Amino acid sequence: MNDALSLTVETAADHHLVRLSGVFTVHDLPGAEPRLAAIAADRAVLLDLAALERLDTAGAWALDRLEARIAEAGFTLETQGAAPHLSALMRRVDAAIPTPDLPEDTGPKGLTGRLDAIGRRVVDMGKHGGVFLNAFGMFLYRLGQSLRHPSRFHLTALVAHCEDVGWRAVPIVSLLSFLIGVVLAFQGATQLRQFGAEVFVVDLIAISILRELGILLTSIIVAGRTASAFTAAIGSMKMREEIDAMQTLGIDPAHALFVPRILALILMLPILGLVANVMGLLGGGIMSYLVLDISPGIFLVRLIEGTDVSNVFVGLIKAPVFAVIIGVVGCNAGMQVGSNAESLGRQTSNAVVQAIFAVIVADAIFSVFFAEIGL
Amino acid sequence: MTEERDVVIRLRGIHNQFGRQVVHHDLDLDVYRGEILGVVGGSGTGKSVLLKTIVGLQTPQAGEIEVLGYDLRRGGEEARDKVDDRWGVMFQDGALFSSLTVRENVEVPLKHVPDLDPGTRAALADLKISMVGLSWSAGDKYPSELSGGMRKRAGLARALALDPDIVFLDEPTAGLDPIGAAAFDQLIHGLSRSLGLTVFLVTHDLDTLYAVCDRVAVLAEQRVLVSGTIEEMGRVDHPWVHDYFHGPRARAALTAKGET
Repeated sequence: MNDALSLTVETAADHHLVRLSGVFTVHDLPGAEPRLAAIAADRAVLLDLAALERLDTAGAWALDRLEARIAEAGFTLETQGAAPHLSALMRRVDAAIPTPDLPEDTGPKGLTGRLDAIGRRVVDMGKHGGVFLNAFGMFLYRLGQSLRHPSRFHLTALVAHCEDVGWRAVPIVSLLSFLIGVVLAFQGATQLRQFGAEVFVVDLIAISILRELGILLTSIIVAGRTASAFTAAIGSMKMREEIDAMQTLGIDPAHALFVPRILALILMLPILGLVANVMGLLGGGIMSYLVLDISPGIFLVRLIEGTDVSNVFVGLIKAPVFAVIIGVVGCNAGMQVGSNAESLGRQTSNAVVQAIFAVIVADAIFSVFFAEIGL
Repeated sequence: MTEERDVVIRLRGIHNQFGRQVVHHDLDLDVYRGEILGVVGGSGTGKSVLLKTIVGLQTPQAGEIEVLGYDLRRGGEEARDKVDDRWGVMFQDGALFSSLTVRENVEVPLKHVPDLDPGTRAALADLKISMVGLSWSAGDKYPSELSGGMRKRAGLARALALDPDIVFLDEPTAGLDPIGAAAFDQLIHGLSRSLGLTVFLVTHDLDTLYAVCDRVAVLAEQRVLVSGTIEEMGRVDHPWVHDYFHGPRARAALTAKGET
C-alpha cells in the first residue's frame, strides 16, 4: 500500500465536508471505520472523492453505511468528484447490500425447549436402534442368500478382508495380551504372596485370560482398528456416490460390502482370541518364572490340572457374537455418512465408541448367562 | 487500447513434467490487467496444471513466473506472501471448507486483515455473498446443504473476499444448467468490470468464451499455441483450433451471442 488513506472532516454550517484521498481498501477499514462512525448525523454530508485513487468493496461498503446512517437521520449525502469506475463500484455495492431475512423460528424455548430436545433425542435413539437392527437383518438375509448361491459370493473380497482384519492385527493383539499376562502375574503375585498361595497365580492368570480378558481385549482392539476402517471405507464410498452407482448396476451394497467384511471378522476374531490367549498365558508364565520362581513345568501342570478346558470355550464362544456386533456397527455407521467430510469423521468415531460399548455390554450379559447356567 | 498494457501475469519457458509425461514445454503466456482471459484446450493439455503452476500448487521443473511484478520462482516466501492476498482462486466445485458455514468460509481470507472487528467481517462477508447472487439465508448454511451452482457462487464469494487483483476460475460453469451457467457468465463479467478484476478462466464452455472473454489462449502441443480475441481464433489455421472454433457447438454459441 504505497498511498495511505487520508480522511478529513470539515464542518460547515449546513453540512460536513468529508474528504477522502489515497487508497481506501479493506486494510484501511479498521482505522477508518471509527472515524466515519464519529461523523455526527446532524446535518447533510458532502463526500469529496476527487483525490481518491482506489476503492475496494470494503471501502465502498463503509461509505454506503455512512450514507445509510445520514439518510436515516433525515439528511442527504452527496458525492462529488468520484472517478467513473469508483461510482460504478459504489452503485454495485449499494445494489448488493443484503437485507436480513426474518429470523427463522427456532422452536420452543425455556423448559418446553429442553423437554422438546430430550424427546427428540429419545426418538432419535429409538430410530438409531431400528436402523442398526435393519442393517443386522440385511446382513443375515444377504448371508443366507450367499450360502444358497455360493457362486455369487465375493470370495476374493473375503480373503482380502481376512488378511486385513486378521493377519495384520496379530502383532498388536499378541503384544497387548502378552503385556496383560505380565501385569496379571505381577499383580497376582504381590497379593497372593501375603497368603503364601503363590502357586494359585497360575489359576488367576489362566481363568481371567481364557474366560474374559483374552477375547475382550482382542475385541476392543479390533473394534478400534476394524470398525473405524469399515466406516471410513464404506463412508467414503457413500460420499463419492459409489454406493448409489452400485445400486443402479444391480449390486446390493449389503451383499458386496457387508457380507465379506462381517464374515471375515466372524472367521478371524476367534483366531485372534486364541492368539491372545496363548500370548497372555506366555506372558504370565514368563513373569511367574521370573518373580515367583514357578518353573515352566509347574506352570504347565498347574494349568492343566487346575483349569478346566471349558474356560477356553466360554471365552471363545463369545468371539463370533462380538465379531457380528463390531462388523454391523462399523458397516452401518459407514452407510450413515452424509455428503460432507465432517460427517465421515463423526461417524468413524461414533462407530468405535458404539462398537466398544456394545461389546462390553454383550460381555456383561454373557457373564450373567454363564453364571446362571453354572459354567 | 492505445496505451502500453500492464502485464499482471507473465510466464516464460514453463516446463511441467510428471514422470515421463511432459505437460508443458517452453510455455509463454502474458495476462493483461483488467482482462478476462479464457484458457481452453483438449482434455489432458494441462489447463488445470497451468492454473496450479501460477498459484504455486505445482512447482514447474523450469521457467519463470511473475505475478504483479513479483518473481514467484526466486522470490521465495516473501514474494508469495505479497501476492497471496491479491489473488483469489475458485476451484471446480467451490472447495469450500465443509465444517464451516458459507459466511465463515468467506470470512476466512478476511481474517488476514489485522484489527478488523468481527461484526464488520461478518457484514463484509454478507456483502460478498449477496454480490455473487446468493440469498441472505445461504450464509448460515453448510456447503453440503447447497446445490452445485450455489457452491460455485459461494466459492467465488470466498475468492473475491479481499477484492483481489486477479481471480483464477477453474471451470466455473461446468456442471451447471444452461440458465445457471449463463447467469454465472453474467456475474463474472459484471464483477470483473465493476471491480476491475483480471480473470484467468479455465473453461470448456464455448458459451462462456463468447459471452465474457476478452481474449482466449489455446493450450496445445505442450504450450500456448495461440492467444488473441475470439475473432482472431476463427482465422487460425491449426486443425484443433479450427475444429474447436468452427464446430457445431461453436456456431451455436456464436449465434447465441449475436442474438443477445
